[in-house]
Parts: sequence; C-alpha cells; structure tokens
Amino acid sequence: MTPLIELKGVEKHYGDYHALRGIDLDIRQGEFFSLLGPSGCGKTTLLRTIAGFEAVSSGTIRIDGRDMKGVAANHRPTNMVFQSYAVFPHLSVAENVGFGLRRDPRSKAEKARAVEQALEMVGLGGYGQRRAHALSGGQRQRVALARALILEPKVLLLDEPLSALDKKMREQMQVELIRLQRQVGITFILVTHDQEEALVMSDRIAVMFEGEIGQMADPETLYRRPASKRVAEFIGKMNFLPADVRRDGGAIEVDVAGLGRGAIAAEQAPGGVPVGAATVGLRPETLAILFEGEATDRRVAEGVVDEVVYYGDMTYYDVRVPGVDRPLNIAMKNLIGRPVLDVGTKTRVAWDERALVLLPG
Amino acid sequence: MGLREYATTEGGRAATLVAPPFLYALALLALPILAVVLFSFWTQDFMTVDTSFTLANYREILDKPIYTMLLGRSLMVSGIVTLVTVILAFPVAYYVSFHVQPSKKSLWLFLITIPFWTSYLIRVFLWKVILGYNGVINSGLVGAGIIDEPLSFILYNVNAVIITLAHAFAPFAILPIFVALEKIDRSLLEASQDLGESRVTTFFRVTLPLSMPGLVAAVLIVFIPTIGDYVTPELMGGAGGKLIANMIQTQFLQLNNAPLGAALALVAMVCVTAISLVFVGLNRRWLRGR
Repeated sequence: MTPLIELKGVEKHYGDYHALRGIDLDIRQGEFFSLLGPSGCGKTTLLRTIAGFEAVSSGTIRIDGRDMKGVAANHRPTNMVFQSYAVFPHLSVAENVGFGLRRDPRSKAEKARAVEQALEMVGLGGYGQRRAHALSGGQRQRVALARALILEPKVLLLDEPLSALDKKMREQMQVELIRLQRQVGITFILVTHDQEEALVMSDRIAVMFEGEIGQMADPETLYRRPASKRVAEFIGKMNFLPADVRRDGGAIEVDVAGLGRGAIAAEQAPGGVPVGAATVGLRPETLAILFEGEATDRRVAEGVVDEVVYYGDMTYYDVRVPGVDRPLNIAMKNLIGRPVLDVGTKTRVAWDERALVLLPG
Repeated sequence: MGLREYATTEGGRAATLVAPPFLYALALLALPILAVVLFSFWTQDFMTVDTSFTLANYREILDKPIYTMLLGRSLMVSGIVTLVTVILAFPVAYYVSFHVQPSKKSLWLFLITIPFWTSYLIRVFLWKVILGYNGVINSGLVGAGIIDEPLSFILYNVNAVIITLAHAFAPFAILPIFVALEKIDRSLLEASQDLGESRVTTFFRVTLPLSMPGLVAAVLIVFIPTIGDYVTPELMGGAGGKLIANMIQTQFLQLNNAPLGAALALVAMVCVTAISLVFVGLNRRWLRGR
C-alpha cells in the first residue's frame, strides 16, 4: 500500500537559514501522526509546506500519489487548524463552518444541514447563529475543527491546536480529538512541542531537531527506546549515567558508573552499540527506593536522599549514590502505607539492567 | 465631600483633566454654533438685524434654486472626491500594509504625510500651476504634439476642484484604511486559501469586509470637510465651480446678510450630519463586536 503522504528529501532555506534539512517521511492513510520538537525545530515549517503555504526549496511532497509541486494551498486536499484558530470575526459560527462550501453544488438547505452536523460533531450543536467573537478559546477551536472537517480533506493539519488552552481544557480536547479522528477516519498531522500531548494522541511521532528528524516511531518505542540522548532528554525524564561498553560475541555488557555491571539486549541500543565510553539512560520510574525491610531480586545500590518533590500521587526523589556524578531521579507512587522520606535518609535503590537504554553521543 | 476630596477620586480626576479642553470647546465651538442657530432665525434689515423669530431665511433657501443647486453641487463634488480619494487610497494602503517590509512601514507613512509639510493654500496654488492654461500638463502635451490647443476642462471648473481636493485629502484616507488592514490577522487570509479560496476571492470574502471600518472612517474623514471647503473652489472653481461654502462667505461678508448665511451653514451642516449618520450606522454594523 502506498503511503498517503510521501516526503522525499524536503529542504527549505530562508536566505542563509536552513529550516528543513532533507526530510523523508511516509504517513499512512488514517494515521494520527505528530511532529514533535522544541520551538524553532522546523515542525511548523514542515506542516506549512504540506499545506502549501511554503514552497519547498528542493525535494518532493506527494499527497495521495500526486506531486504537490506548484499546487496552491486552495487546491490541495488538506485543511488546517491554525494555532490562532483563524476564525473569521466578521462571520457567524455557521458562516465560518460553511466558508469552504461556496463552490459545493449542494442546495442551500443541504449545506445548512451539513454545517449543523459538523457543529454537532464537535459539540457545538445550536451555536450556528452566534457571532464568532462571542466564543471562548475552546469553542473557537471547535469551530476551526468543524470548518476544516466539513470539507472532508484527505489530511487534517493541526498547528499546535491545544497550546492556547488551559490544562483541563487541553486534556479534554486531546481525548475528543482522538475520538473525532477515529470517527471520521481522516489522517491527522499534529504539530506540538508538548511531548505528553504527542505521546497521548499519536499513532506515530517524528521528533525533530534543527530541521531534521531525530527519531520516528510509535509512542512506546520513542519513550522506552530513544535512539539518542537528545530524544531521550526531550521526551520525559531520564537519568544519564556514564558507562563502559564491551561486546562479548553477541552479548553486550555495560559497566555503569556507581551501579555496577549488567548485560543488555540488542534492542536496548536502538541507536547502535558504541564500544568503550558511552552513556546509558534510566527512566525515573524504572528505579525504585527500597523501604524498610523490603526485599528485591533486582540489583541494589546504597544512597542518601538529596531532594524530595511531592506531587500528590507521586513523589520524586533525588538520591545521591556514591560513584554516580549526579543524583538519581527516582519516581515512586505514593501507595498506602508508604512513607515520604526526608532529605538525608539513608536508603537503598533498586535498578534493573533490562530498563537500561544505551545512548550514542 | 469637599472639592478637594472629589478631585482625588477616579471621576474627579477625569473631570479635572477634561475641564480645560471642555471649556475651550464650549467657548469656541458650542457658543458660536448657538449664535449661528440664533442668527438663522433672524433677518437682516439693511444695516441692523431684526431679532424677531422667523423662518424666512429657510423659506428663501428652499424657494431660490441657486441655493439648492449649490448645495446639490457641493454634495456631488464631495461625493465624487470621496469616491475617487478612497478608491485611490485603498491600493496605496494595501501595498504599504501587505507588501512593505515591517521595518520600512513607518518610512512609507512618513512619505505619505510629506504633502502636509506645505500649507494647504500653497498646494492649491501648485495645482493651478499644474492644471493651468500654460501649466505643466498643457504645455507638456502641446510640446509633445499630442494636442494642438491647451485643454480647458481641467481649470476653473468643478473638475479642477475635484482633482485638487482628492489630492489634498488622500493621506487622510490612506491612514485609516492602512490601520484597518494592519489589524487583520494574516492567518485569516491563509485560512481562507486553505478553505479553497484564491487570492482574489479571499480579498473579497475576508480582506475587504474586515477593512470596512477603515473604509467607512476614510469616507467620513474625506466627506465631511470637503463639503464645507471654501479655499479650493474659490481658487480653482472659476464661475461654475463654486460651492455652498463660497455662497455662505458671500452672504456673510459681501452681501452683509449674516442671517441667511447662518441658515445656509445650518442646512449644509444638517445634510452632512444626516449622511454621516448613515455611514456611522454602516460602521456599527461592520464593527459589531470588534
């Protein structure tokens, strides 16, 4: 099956500035795909080249097998939800949603019904006659969504659509967007700088840095097996420890400073296996503090609590382990009967080599 | 509450700030207008003014065709001037707002206001030089052999008045349109294209409606002062290009009939107010909620 969207060697220059450096990307029909990265990484530029607002300097973009070179935005099978929502202030909600139906051959009454259906789909049924300026941010966003979806595009492009909403609203919209995407079956491409948002919503994520794709994978792979230190740092929290790597036939053996030796599997080194000095990563939730009398079959290191950050459901500890240059960040669930330790408490830390990721660079 | 305490409250402070200009406006605007209103109901009795209340002046304005003709011509001239000015100003404002680099916009606005550096009177005289019988245009066209006789329809008539006024008021029209265009969120234009409209249809469906407040403001700013303009028709209008303001001046200073002049002034003012209100109404419609 050919991919719905195919990018090959896409480059974009703004004068001396190299915004996109050889992007190759395949996006499948019906996929929820995210472009994730820090601001200035080129993710929005990439989205705008797909939408047709920016011309590529070189490379090709194909949508549904058709080369998009020279095809203007108004002739592309894509629609966009803008970061500012771009809801027309001089039109009513219904006029906004029906904006793209001008050339639609259907009768006025049928179009009005389609508009009402689109509004109902985004939870704004009965809002048609309201003026756009009388809407809240979340409602504007729904109007922008309905306005794009009513045209049944092959691809819906979303440019940081949730960044202007407050946390509660954002989480609610995340769930609604996923539901909506499944319902309409349209391919979604989401641009976001929020790693949590990308993990929650996407089928696949491309992490971008400085105009390049750092890693492209499904959320779990990206989180558990980041291919580089940069990706590991950008997504979630990660303890980085210096280590010494040795290959013994098929086995990979690492000696982690302050923790000890362990053997790892090949898939724990998605970025390749360096030999000699390297960095390993350990997620805070893969480490555990052993409370009084607790036994474990995992490896154990001794340490002292250096910092305690209480989150309600979780407590984050920084534990200083002799031989490790930085305190280890450890996430512990606040289960029943489990105390919150004080700074200075002597404690044991359990770790597991199966959770190690070997990171080049 | 004493006066001193009142002056420190929010309302008191505002009143203190606004009092000097308010008194100034009262003395120099409201009172003179009141005097004009009073005069319009009096009559001139050779050297003295008869202060008994009468509508004779208004009756005369309605009865004698010269006055309604002049008023009609004034409205027509200001209407054409407004139309020409706004239509010519829009592309300039559009160019500066959409195609000039942000860092160069203030330079462009500065250049647009340069004509104001010379006095209005001098600018009118300069148009005389340009449009005159032996003026720049005529001698240029004759010299180039395009015409044999100098063109006569461009000086001392209504056309000359329109050309001069349209030039004089151009910056007043450009600036409000520019401001309205600047306020348009550029992503709205992209959204329109994204939803299937071309650049041209986007202009008519998004840019133009959103610039309406600026257009209405430009229309008012040009229309209101041109109706009462006196200098340009006096200098450029010849015999056939005189407007209502010239007649008011004649009544006051040459015919020594201040009551009739006052009545004419009031009639012109009421006309301007009525037309302006229509535009303000339109403005409100476009401005609703913005």
